[in-house]
Amino acid sequence: MENKFEVIDHTADIGIVAYGGNLNELFANAARGLFSLITDIDKIASKVSKKIELDDRDPESLLVAWLNDLLYTYEVGSTIFGDFDVTVSEDNRLSANCYGEKVDPQRHHLRREIKAATYHNIHIAGASGLYSARVIFDI
Amino acid sequence: MSQWQGKINKIGECRWEIPQDYKSGMKVPGLVYADDKMLNVIREEQSLEQVANVAFLPGIVGCSMAMPDIHWGYGFPIGGVAATKVRDGVVSPGGVGYDINCGVRLLRTDLDEKEVKPKIEELINHLFRNVPSGLGSEGKIKVSEKEIDEVLRLGAEWAVKRGYGSEQDLEVTEERGCMKMANPDKVSARAKKRGAPQLGTLGSGNHFLEVQVVREIYDTGAARLMGITHMGQVLLLIHTGSRGLGHQVCDDYLRVMGEAVRKYGIALPDRQLACAPIESDEGRDYLAAMACAANYAWANRLCIAHWARESFVRVLGKKIEDIGLEQVYDVAHNIAKIEDHMVEGKRQKLCIHRKGATRAFPAGQSDVPEKYKSIGQPVLIPGDMGRCSYIALGTDRAMQETFGSTCHGAGRVQSRGAARRGSRGVDVAAELAAKGIYVKADSMESLAEEASCAYKDVTDVVEVTHKAGISKKVAMATPIGVIKG
Repeated sequence: MENKFEVIDHTADIGIVAYGGNLNELFANAARGLFSLITDIDKIASKVSKKIELDDRDPESLLVAWLNDLLYTYEVGSTIFGDFDVTVSEDNRLSANCYGEKVDPQRHHLRREIKAATYHNIHIAGASGLYSARVIFDI
Repeated sequence: MSQWQGKINKIGECRWEIPQDYKSGMKVPGLVYADDKMLNVIREEQSLEQVANVAFLPGIVGCSMAMPDIHWGYGFPIGGVAATKVRDGVVSPGGVGYDINCGVRLLRTDLDEKEVKPKIEELINHLFRNVPSGLGSEGKIKVSEKEIDEVLRLGAEWAVKRGYGSEQDLEVTEERGCMKMANPDKVSARAKKRGAPQLGTLGSGNHFLEVQVVREIYDTGAARLMGITHMGQVLLLIHTGSRGLGHQVCDDYLRVMGEAVRKYGIALPDRQLACAPIESDEGRDYLAAMACAANYAWANRLCIAHWARESFVRVLGKKIEDIGLEQVYDVAHNIAKIEDHMVEGKRQKLCIHRKGATRAFPAGQSDVPEKYKSIGQPVLIPGDMGRCSYIALGTDRAMQETFGSTCHGAGRVQSRGAARRGSRGVDVAAELAAKGIYVKADSMESLAEEASCAYKDVTDVVEVTHKAGISKKVAMATPIGVIKG
């Protein structure tokens, strides 16, 4: 899959715009965007997998919860992910398999600390065909 | 990003008002402290819109305020101050931020620049090894899940019990390093799991440890009370917060507040401002959890100060008594506090949100440590690593106008991306070395993102607060050694 996300500037923080043909792709690309802020995602091998299941009240909240869940997993388990199979249902439930590996300081250069994905001006736009989402992170 | 086109009027020296009728839903006007030149820079981005948005919070009194180091944040602007009535107002976790009780701790020494400068590389390298810093750093302190609750309950007192500091350190710490409303039961298992291994770590981003030298003293009497006696004196400044524990507490409660906004029918222009009545279960629980994170941060800064003291002893080969590394003060700059203030002639209990702002209480206030009762509370204002930092004092004017608050630092003017691009191909460490500043950083990206050009000049910011009378200058110091996480 191509990198279907862009990194955007914000004075104090940093953001991403993620794209996808559907919510599943959008959520996977947003996660790739998040890990691209942390390290070079092309250097993440798929050695371990982790299942994540979440639900929330709307797609935007679910997106923030998803990204913050990944940040939590990264921080407590030193695990970075580069590949994601995500299913988002219409009732705002998420089920994902995340593929990655433990941080290896020899191969993975860590770029910066991300404190959290924020709800600031969070918005998922689009309908069938092309979705996009803008997320600002606190760093 | 387009320029902010909203309404703003000059209403006095260094004071600008965003009228309440600028946006329907504002409950009070906005008040921004800035000079003419600075306001033009501030208008380049959307932080003034955020000042207007904060004015929507139920129960807000006075004005939605911004200090001169204001910059675009998420939800609240950074440099924002908002006071809400405890009786019928709200508390907003976004008004504190993810790094709860991010703050600064200043220590003074009996050392002179000429003694430390020849050993600065050795000192900074030793500090770099002795104080865990940088990405994914884990602390040297092992705390069990049970003991983390003690850290959250007792804050800096816990660190003193474990031998990381003394009673004297507590006396010159905001809240004595312990907010009594802390209740560890209100902090999630996730937050504790994230925070436990990080206790006693500096972290990354804009967090730092600086060895500084006093360059100017503006108020010799006040400086002397703080143990600052002459030009060339060496100081140590520590800037960090509550690490992953605070980030998780904020995230957990933003979710709670997202529901609360619906439950209590609160209309807000940005979801990041999510809030709940202070006197609701959600509001009380957040304040109890926030206090835990604040306590963790005070314990964290005290542990780091302890290892810094160790490093000074080791590298300078002197006894700690002869080094005199004593704490001047420790202030929070991301916090919500329940305080008494005068509103329309009546004393009222308010919740003061300081998001990138410092408490600045005047002489005589009960919360000012005994040692500083006669001069007022010390205010510590760090600048960027290539410029300088200030020590100031709280004033009566701050008490009357800003609920006892002033600025907290320089304030960014450039995004991290722009700073990185601007310094591409430039060795930031070498540039600082040319200025006589030895810097050690965990990540070159972090270092480039924190380059001087990314910040306003802290001197301009402090001048505005001094002229406006909401804090007054005592001394200025410049760095000779820096650790960036």
